[in-house]
Amino acid sequence: MVEFTLPANSKIGKGKTWPKADGATNVKRFNIYRWNGDDGKNPQVDTYEVDMDQCGPMVLDALIKIKNEIDQTLTFRRSCREGICGSCAMNIDGTNTLACTKFIDEVKGEVNVYPLPHMSVVKDLVPDVNTVYAQLSAIEPWMKTQSPPPPDKERLQSPEDRRKLDGLYECILCFCCSTSCPSYWWNGERYLGPAVLLQAYRWIVDSRDEYTGDRLDALEDPFRLYRCHTIMNCSKTCPKGLNPARAIAEIKKLMIQRQF
Amino acid sequence: MSLETRLARVRGLGSAKDGTHHWWAQRLTAVALVPLTIWFAVSVAGMTGGNYAEAVAWVGSPINTVLLLLLIAATFHHVQLGIQVVLEDYVHGEGAKIAALMFVKFACAILAVASGYAVLRVAFVGG
Repeated sequence: MVEFTLPANSKIGKGKTWPKADGATNVKRFNIYRWNGDDGKNPQVDTYEVDMDQCGPMVLDALIKIKNEIDQTLTFRRSCREGICGSCAMNIDGTNTLACTKFIDEVKGEVNVYPLPHMSVVKDLVPDVNTVYAQLSAIEPWMKTQSPPPPDKERLQSPEDRRKLDGLYECILCFCCSTSCPSYWWNGERYLGPAVLLQAYRWIVDSRDEYTGDRLDALEDPFRLYRCHTIMNCSKTCPKGLNPARAIAEIKKLMIQRQF
Repeated sequence: MSLETRLARVRGLGSAKDGTHHWWAQRLTAVALVPLTIWFAVSVAGMTGGNYAEAVAWVGSPINTVLLLLLIAATFHHVQLGIQVVLEDYVHGEGAKIAALMFVKFACAILAVASGYAVLRVAFVGG
């Protein structure tokens, strides 16, 4: 059966509190999930009191400040700090989003920060994303053609056909959506999940791709595609404002279209 | 512990080349059940306070008999399709999953046939 409660070694305990710096008056408390594989202990939530007068506006600013000034052992991924790399995806205030585009002000009270839900944790806020990357490889996210490209120019696409990729090409593969999806939690190895299905659809609708049918064949499966029960957490949580649920619905419509 | 690569694991046994039929049948029966269920609920509510003979006569009228049989077929087909999805979602042991699926499919088949028989018996033999 699906496990609805955390296994014994994943139960979260109370951790350390790191008090505010002397003289800080504008303090925000950050409760951050901590776990590392080296000490053999269960995960715990550490509380950091951060001086907001000396901190940038985003949650990522606070995390970097904590790492620089309070606790160097705090581990998280980050790179671009402007919502285009997808590295700092995590669960903030109960919602999967990017730490770099999430305003601290938007969170009332204390800020709870956890890794993306239902993924194996490597350390602290760093999830193991190898399975989703493998799923992305499995849908072959590149243009597949039989016709050779024109010798002197790129493959052409009409403006209307190009517009079909809007709302799809912007995906940065942060996997906020897939890790917000209960179907993906319960069947994450067999269901491809919203992020990967949105990528699959991005190549299915690309007018330059010549393997649409093969791509649909690969998705024709009770688990790979049809574990989507239109829960819609994916579209609700996407930090880029995309709509993976619509992409999945479009794939299902194409599956019907080729039957009749 | 398995030393399979992640790609081998997610590719798994490959596409089942099926799933659309199940999805489509679930939608078809759902659409059919909207008018059938409303008709059934309204009709039964309208017979409040009626007696046994009136109920038998209602089931026996040709339109009602046909609609009742359609309601039974759509309901139990829809039920077994829906419960199958729930079991596939939550039951991960292969043995338990197959056993539960068999139980649900047999139970729905038995209930559907028994219900249909009851309607036909009332229609043709009377109460």
